[in-house]
Formats: sequence, structure tokens, C-alpha cells
Amino acid sequence: MDAALIWEWIIKSAIVLLIMTGGFAYTTFYERRLLARIQTRIGPNRAGPWGILQPVADGVKLIFKEELIPAQADKVLFVLAPVITVIPALVITAVMPWGGVVNIFGRQVPLYIADVNVGVLYIMAIASISVYGIVLAGWSSNNKYAMLGGLRSSAQMISYELALGLAFVGPVLIAGSMSLVDIVEKQRDIWFVVYQPVGFIIFLIATLAEVNRAPFDMPEAEQELTAGYHTEYSGMKFALFFMAEYIKMIAVSAFAATLFLGGYRLPFIEYPDWLEWIGPFVLLAKIIVLLGGMIWVRATLPRFRYDRLMAFGWKIMFPLALANVLVTAVIVVILSA
Amino acid sequence: MIPNEYLPIAVLFILATGLAALVIILGHAFGPRRPTARKLMPYESGMTPIGPGTRRIRVAFYMIAVDFILFDIEVVFFLPWAVYARELSYYGLLVIGIFTVLLLVGFIYAWKKGALEWE
Repeated sequence: MDAALIWEWIIKSAIVLLIMTGGFAYTTFYERRLLARIQTRIGPNRAGPWGILQPVADGVKLIFKEELIPAQADKVLFVLAPVITVIPALVITAVMPWGGVVNIFGRQVPLYIADVNVGVLYIMAIASISVYGIVLAGWSSNNKYAMLGGLRSSAQMISYELALGLAFVGPVLIAGSMSLVDIVEKQRDIWFVVYQPVGFIIFLIATLAEVNRAPFDMPEAEQELTAGYHTEYSGMKFALFFMAEYIKMIAVSAFAATLFLGGYRLPFIEYPDWLEWIGPFVLLAKIIVLLGGMIWVRATLPRFRYDRLMAFGWKIMFPLALANVLVTAVIVVILSA
Repeated sequence: MIPNEYLPIAVLFILATGLAALVIILGHAFGPRRPTARKLMPYESGMTPIGPGTRRIRVAFYMIAVDFILFDIEVVFFLPWAVYARELSYYGLLVIGIFTVLLLVGFIYAWKKGALEWE
């Protein structure tokens, strides 16, 4: 192992972190503008040209906000909870393939941080850790709303994780590999969404619940729970929860694009070596479209009632996802035998 | 010894932890702090809180958690088979079929026992 390799890892990690935090800031802006347009408003347009400095203004405001730690809170866990929530959201992007191998000053650099052969399993494992942060936030606040909100969010997240896990199995079956790079390369000609339309829809619904987005936004059920598990949080600690939610939105959109929509590749086009650079931009375009879909859903659908949400997850999504896996498996085996 | 392809993940983890710590420190360094007893009370929309904030939780949440642990681990077993489904062919399909039937028996039992009901 040489020093250049370690520097390559550090630089790539830093770039991914910058992309995700910058992406977080501008996803909030994208959401506010798009939501406003759908509701025939204009949205934030005063900070900078077309309001593009709005996220910067929000960030600066949050830094100078007073942060409260409630007197009866468990102080250590209260500070730790947002950190535990945001780290998995950032670390999950390590296996995200942004592009193929490019040549930088004579050095072959793959445009992903790590290509582990259990990539899909890695996503599932890391994504689950975020639940701890939410439960701890709810519990350590020592607030009834926060407690209930934390419990509800975590119960919802683990319920939809079953369907999400099964939706991952479809692309793995077709590609015959858990490595995300392999899965993308297998989609050179036909996107997996063609083979897995049901799996794709299950994946989209389950990820909405997984990142606590409308219509599954239980923590933000203001009428019943104030602000759920982050009721007591303010300032930059609140910003961390917000950051975790939006980074997970970007990450699950990126994984949906990678697993079902061909990732960094365009169908039927072989990239010549000098064009490998286009990969990240292709992926980014797909992410922006999928994020737009998530925002559109928020603008259109009302919130689920909690018992129906749980029933939907267990009684419809889980059996449907299981049936999808079995049907896919039978077809894959028959076609290959 | 950690395999080589996991080391970059460790690098990203360290940098991500640093970023999260930096955000917390920024907030602590620049935010004003003028606490009063009333500000530090649990926020319950203006009502004075009655009783402790963390109290006993309804059992349905535990049922969901136990069901989740059972079924999620079973779901994870699908993944290694999915990678080798082509090589294992019909034999693999038969084995995973039996496995799925067992899983479904447990699922139907939990459903009929009312573990998935929220009322």
C-alpha cells in the first residue's frame, strides 16, 4: 500500500462529503422552490440571484441560533443522537459508484470510494444504524412528544425495511452480484426497471418510508406530535437531523438510479475512455429527477394514518415484495437452465 | 486484518465523524446561551408537563421490533442465494422455496395472532 493510494482515498472521501453536504443544502432549496411552484407560489427568491444563496443564509442563521439542552435530558445521548443519525447517512455513500475508471494525470482512478462484493448488504446494514439515532433522540429528550415520535419513526422504518430488503434482491438476482459496480455494468443495454417494475415501485415506496418523507412523515405529524423526535432540538443539532434526512434522500435516489435505472451509464452507449467523466453527470441527472418525484409526492399526497401505515407496510408491501422475489427467481432460473 | 477494499470506507467514516463533530462544535461556539428555567422545560405546546417524559411504552412497539428481527434476518438470507441462483438452479429454488414456506408460516401465525394490528 503506497501513500498515493491513501491520499486518493482521502481526496475521494472529502469530495463525496462535499458533494453530499452541498447536495443537502441545494436539495432543501430545490424542494422549497418546486413545492412553491406546485402550490402556485414563488418560494424563496430574495437571497442572491433567483434565491440561490438561500441555503447559505439558512446555514449561517442556524449557526448563530441558541441551542437548548432541556434540563431533564440525558445530556450525553442528547448531543450524540444527531451525530449517530448523520454518520450512517454519509458513510452509506461509500459504495455508490459515480462512474467508471478515469485517467487523471496518468493514474487510473475509479470514481467510487469502495467496490465491496457485498455492496447491497452493506447498504442495508448501514442504513439500519440511523434508527438508533432516532430512538436515542426521542428517549434522551425526556419529552412525551419526542418519545412517541422517536418510537413511531423507528417502528415505521424497521417495518418498511423488510420490503426494502426484498426489493434489493431483485436486481441482485438478475445481475448475479451484490457489487453495485457489477450491477451497473450489467445494465449496459437494458435497465433493470424493465425486468423489475414491481420491485422498482416497492423500492420507491419503501425508501419514502425509510427516510421519513411524506406521505410517511410521522415525525413531522405536527398536529399530533409537535415535531416528533426532534421537538427539543435547535440550532446546529437540528440541522444535523435535517442533513441526515436530506442526505438519505439523495442516497436512496442514487441507489434507485443505480439498481434500477442504469446508474452512471446511458443505455446502448459505450463510453470511450475520454467520456468516462460523463458518468457522474448522468447519475446526477437521474438523482435530480427522482428527488423531484419525491417532492412531487409530498406536494400531492396527504399523510397516512399511523395504524394504516403499519398495516400497509406489513400486510401489503412485505407479501408483495416476497412474491416479486420468488417470481423473479423462478424466471431467472428457468431462463438460465 | 480488514480486507483492502474496506479501508477506504474507514477513511470516509473518520472524515464523516469529523464533519459531524465540526457541525456540533460550530453550533456550540457561535450560538448564544441564555438559559432560563422556563426555557429548559420539556416543550409541550405551552402546557406545563405532567409526570416524567419517558414512560411505559405500549407493547405493540415491542411486537413490531421482535417481528422485524425475525423477518429481517430471514430476508438477509435471500441475498447470498440470489447471487448464486443461476449456479444452484432448480435445487436452489427448491431449498429457497422450503425456506420461504417456513417464513410464511411464521408470518401468517404473527398475522393471525394479531401482532400486526394496531388497535
